Amino acid sequence: MPDGAVMSKTIEIEVLRYEPAEGSAPYTQSWTIPYTDDMSVLQALQHIKDHVDGSLTYRWSCRMAICGSCGMMIDGVPRLACSTFLRDFPAGKIRVEALAHFPIERDLVVDAGDFIGKLASIRPWITPKVEKDLAAGEFLQTPAQLERYEQFSHCINCMLCYAACPQYGLDNRFLGPGLTALLHRYNVDSRDAGQEERMQLAHSEEGVWGCTAVGYCSEVCPKQVDPANAVNQNKTLSAVDWFARFLPGSRAA
Amino acid sequence: MSARDTYVRPMRGWWRRNPFFVRYMAREATAIFVYLYALLLIAGLVALRNGPAAFDAWLAMLRNPAVMSFLFASLGVFAYHTLSWFRIMPKTMPPLRFAGRRVAAGAITAAGLAAAAIASGALVALALA
Repeated sequence: MPDGAVMSKTIEIEVLRYEPAEGSAPYTQSWTIPYTDDMSVLQALQHIKDHVDGSLTYRWSCRMAICGSCGMMIDGVPRLACSTFLRDFPAGKIRVEALAHFPIERDLVVDAGDFIGKLASIRPWITPKVEKDLAAGEFLQTPAQLERYEQFSHCINCMLCYAACPQYGLDNRFLGPGLTALLHRYNVDSRDAGQEERMQLAHSEEGVWGCTAVGYCSEVCPKQVDPANAVNQNKTLSAVDWFARFLPGSRAA
Repeated sequence: MSARDTYVRPMRGWWRRNPFFVRYMAREATAIFVYLYALLLIAGLVALRNGPAAFDAWLAMLRNPAVMSFLFASLGVFAYHTLSWFRIMPKTMPPLRFAGRRVAAGAITAAGLAAAAIASGALVALALA
């Protein structure tokens, strides 16, 4: 918050707090703090931590919507705290809670272990079609080839889409929206040859069929990745792959 | 995974937490009406096979006030189903291009709704002709 700014307005910040200990339960705590129109929810939390209660715990890093660290439920909606502004809550009160569908580690910090574990399983790197010597130069792409995956490459792993996905909340074996978008990003890259291995995951019980097209993942995505589109495009691919086994000359025939 | 004492929040009542989820559940619930209406149509097909008397009895049954109110309720529910279905449609298909540009999601939804309206209108016109 800028020093010397006139701060006549106040807002109540209600936080679902949790201190890890066996048998302990979350509880609600509220603070009323002064604010200016340019303050984000993240800055409100920083004000509380710096001036009121140093024990308040949350994750943040870049404070400009690119690192994906400060995702949390703000009035029940998964949002980045750094790009959500206090001025947009004229009621004078907001409720902040850790990202839904993840175990709470402490206060607003979730255990992202499940997401990080799955991230490696989708092989999020390009498997070149042909090995090429570094001296031979880069792999070139046309603008059309770039456009096929570019939108899906904007994912910042903030996990807001997981907090928006009730199917992930009900059964976290589901690979989920963001990672399916990332899987699709590599699969449709003209330089990549790793589709077959990734599609085994997409076709599996934990893959795309866990999605029931709620579509909220795409609504809350701060980078317009549209993960629901990636998931549902892969349902089509998965269905085509399943029916293709009945064609003469297919791998399974 | 770890010895940390994390807290897992319950999912009970999840769909009431957000208006978006309520609309989603309403969309899914329309399937019940689609199912019941399909049963009614199948009964009509069976009646048709069983001869003119059976078919007339089926038609008379449709004019029963209870059945009529179900049919009008179904009309409303189907309209919502159509709207929700075409709203989600852009998210379920590969990018559509027209004249070298990607077709916007809103245009796909509008085209779908227009096609549904034209098809329904044509069917009504055919039935009244």
